[in-house]
Amino acid sequence: MKREINSKDVRNFLSNNIVPIIFIVLCAACFPVAGYSPEYLADQIITRIMRNSFLVLSLLIPIMAGMGLNFGMTLGAMAGQIGIIFITAWNVVGIPGLLLAAIIATPIAVLLGWFCGKMLNMARGREMITSYMISFFMNGVYQLVVLYGMGPVIPIHSDQVILPRGYGVRNTIDLLNVRKSIDNFWSIKLFADENGVGGINIPILTIILIALLCVVIIWFRKTKIGQDMRAVGQDMEVAREAGIKVERTRVLAIVISTVFAAYGMVIYLSNMGTLNTYNSHSQIGMFSIAALLVGGASVSKASIKNVFLGIVLFHLMFILTPQAGKNLIGQAQIGEFFRVFVSYGVITLALVLYEIRTRREKAESAKTLALSQMQEAQA
Amino acid sequence: MEKAVSLLKSFGLPRLIITGFLLALFVIAPFADINVGASLSDVLGRFGQNAIMVLAMVPMIHSGCGLNFGLPLGIISGLLGATMAIETGIQGPVSFLLAILYSTPFAIIFGWGYGKLLNRVKGSEMMIATYVGFSSVAFMSIMWLILPYKSPTMVWGYTGQGLRTTISTEGFYYHVLRDTLSLSIGSFSISFGEIIFFALFAFIIWAFLHTKTGTAMTAVGSNAVFARASGINIDKQRTLSVIMSTWLGALGILCYQQGYGFIQLYQGPMYMAMPAVSAILIGGASVNKATITNVIIGTILYQGIVSMTPSVMNNLIHTDMSEVLRIIVSNGMILYALTRKSGASR
Repeated sequence: MKREINSKDVRNFLSNNIVPIIFIVLCAACFPVAGYSPEYLADQIITRIMRNSFLVLSLLIPIMAGMGLNFGMTLGAMAGQIGIIFITAWNVVGIPGLLLAAIIATPIAVLLGWFCGKMLNMARGREMITSYMISFFMNGVYQLVVLYGMGPVIPIHSDQVILPRGYGVRNTIDLLNVRKSIDNFWSIKLFADENGVGGINIPILTIILIALLCVVIIWFRKTKIGQDMRAVGQDMEVAREAGIKVERTRVLAIVISTVFAAYGMVIYLSNMGTLNTYNSHSQIGMFSIAALLVGGASVSKASIKNVFLGIVLFHLMFILTPQAGKNLIGQAQIGEFFRVFVSYGVITLALVLYEIRTRREKAESAKTLALSQMQEAQA
Repeated sequence: MEKAVSLLKSFGLPRLIITGFLLALFVIAPFADINVGASLSDVLGRFGQNAIMVLAMVPMIHSGCGLNFGLPLGIISGLLGATMAIETGIQGPVSFLLAILYSTPFAIIFGWGYGKLLNRVKGSEMMIATYVGFSSVAFMSIMWLILPYKSPTMVWGYTGQGLRTTISTEGFYYHVLRDTLSLSIGSFSISFGEIIFFALFAFIIWAFLHTKTGTAMTAVGSNAVFARASGINIDKQRTLSVIMSTWLGALGILCYQQGYGFIQLYQGPMYMAMPAVSAILIGGASVNKATITNVIIGTILYQGIVSMTPSVMNNLIHTDMSEVLRIIVSNGMILYALTRKSGASR
């Protein structure tokens, strides 16, 4: 009897964590082929955790409110980018510059988040595809503003930012003014040799910022609004009966997520040191969502643990596969395509598994209900 | 008057704006030194190229699977057929028939698997379809590199391995449909070949939807509970519709290639579903209702805007914002359809 339960537990564990398990196996297989030193990998992974975790954490709150994966986080990223464009044009340097960028980004993110939330309230039951299309739609508006509006309408006159034709922002902007300014503000180097070469950089201030956001999210879950959001996520009708303003709560969840994504983008860009004006935001949306799912999150359930596990595994795969492809087949391009395939594939797999699991659970609960009713009738 | 108002309402405000915009473009065109005849033939040419891909939306909408964001899967079957046809080295119009022939089994197999998958995720087909499309494009990007193609017209010259990103259909099936039965009066020209080809498949789909199986499919889409009660196998109907959509997608891309002149591989098909989805929505379809008329009107309106805006704008203000406008209009249209109340149940 006991053994049976155990085997069932194992199967449940496997089916609930299949995505992270696939990734662990994949990374383990690629690691020897790629031939990177563990020290190099550790340094890279820490850089990427610092770079991405704020962005991935921004996805947690809409999941809590039952709105699924917020593909609209791209909107926040756009707001962050607009902030960064302004401070680069005004040449504000270092941490004050980043703060200013965040301040500029906040109202834009609030506005975009409010718009996104309102739209999602109109498309209940298919929030994900709608938020996805909103990110596409807003990408058009963003391009309109940045490519045609900046210069003649929005006064920006910096040769470093504006295209030589006099309007529109350049394809790539070097962010020399804010490059790594959070990371280098206070950082420790571990395992370096005497000359300070190699080793693992640990940026303390970035860690503090990320830890702070984690604490805020944990604290937020316990507040009144956080509780409301969880109730809305559980069952919208019941929440409405209980006197929660469902629509407002849902809009709020998206607004918070968008604002966090904007801050996350500012941190990300300062770490990267370059801005791909027309690509960064859509890429970051896909990678953040894929990373969260790799960490074992689902459409309705995600925790801080999922965020960090996901970033580590996803980016490990990201670093390893091109090199592994190159060493194995002699073409780095295969590895590049492979990681694109894996990022899309993992989102597909996680979405499909979630749907199948929800349906099975629904069927099972219906069965137990029918069974108990039958017993009642017999009694 | 009341009738007119209700007619307008059913037509929908965004559709009205888009039609008005297109008409305005045609009115402005002569003042912007644009040859209206040439632009009209451009619009018709684009219609012939794209209409079948838009038609590929119809079966899945009818069976209640929603908008076919997984169109890239059908496109990939078409690409496999196209590359295999060119690999045989047979030139001329026969290669077009060969391409259709070769792509059919792939479309059926892929469509079958895709349909089975969508049956297990009822209720969130569209999101998953999008990602099925993306993953299949990314997977095939790897395959185009390693599949053993040999034809020198397709393979990279210097390594002799892996397909090129764009392959010309020149000498194979370039303009096979466009140049049949084409008529030109001055600067205006119209190709009846493409239009008849589309009309043929549009008629087949229309006729199919009026057969017993087609009616069953529509019943599944409009009321699944009722359909089950009347003894229809829901999953089977849905799978059939997905296979049809996928095959039409394959056919659509072949039709597109013969007009456009190039086969686009690798990341090319990634976002090709969006224009088709948007076109049928502009034509008046919703997430769970679509007709052949929607396809025709939508494709003309969408392609009209896409081809007219750049030329008119360029001549008027010397700035080409058309690509950005296209993104806003087409995605805005999809967004409008998704946020309608009528489809909120799905």
